[in-house]
Amino acid sequence: MALVLGGSVIGSVGAAFLKSGAVLVEKSLSSIVLNWRLAVGAVTYLLSSVLFVKGMSHGELSVLFPMVSLSYICSLVWSKLFFHEAITSAKLYGVGLILVGIVCLGLGSA
Amino acid sequence: MSTATTGTQAPVVNHAKRREAVFIILAGTFLVAVAQMLIKSGADRLAQSGQTGLIGTAIGILTIPPLFAGYALYAVFAVMMIYSLKHGEMSVLFPLISLGFVWVAILSVFILHEAMSPLKGAGIAIIVAGVAILGRGGSH
Repeated sequence: MALVLGGSVIGSVGAAFLKSGAVLVEKSLSSIVLNWRLAVGAVTYLLSSVLFVKGMSHGELSVLFPMVSLSYICSLVWSKLFFHEAITSAKLYGVGLILVGIVCLGLGSA
Repeated sequence: MSTATTGTQAPVVNHAKRREAVFIILAGTFLVAVAQMLIKSGADRLAQSGQTGLIGTAIGILTIPPLFAGYALYAVFAVMMIYSLKHGEMSVLFPLISLGFVWVAILSVFILHEAMSPLKGAGIAIIVAGVAILGRGGSH
């Protein structure tokens, strides 16, 4: 469980690094190859998906739901803190509906 | 070198680019779902071969076609995601990746012949509704 929750936080941090690296990408190879933020983002994002698959092999919805919901909440917080993105009602409703849908999908697949 | 975008000031919003970022990430979720199906079938073949060590897995990724194709699709998705994140909002794009769950559910029914239940259908519809609200809001 700790593995899974850790994985979801790591995944959203990875996405934040990818975002911070992505805005620096220009039409030159060096802006991609020498972009340490992209590299950190890719590795952490990959690590989180490995932890995710490991967690999923034990339980299903009990693992999936806390993981996904935590990673979405983290991504809202990071994007507000680091990229000054507004937390709008559309974002909250959208994410809320998605989480309800994931629970239905999980219960329906069991 | 870009210096303006690294500051604390938010860059000027380009709505067309934001909309494009939303559509690219949504298309990418389909690729990821296909990649997951390919990797799953490839992993079964890898398990049968008994080569489950680190080196055996690495060789398997290079020599088992569905595994190779699956990871190659992941690489394509990474490029799409970086492009999208450059132009769009992370708080919109990251949760949109959940559309992948919908594709996996649909592909499981049509390709793996898993049963379709009413709850599953409701889940798919609710996720799609959430994605639509988020995507629309994120284009403005």
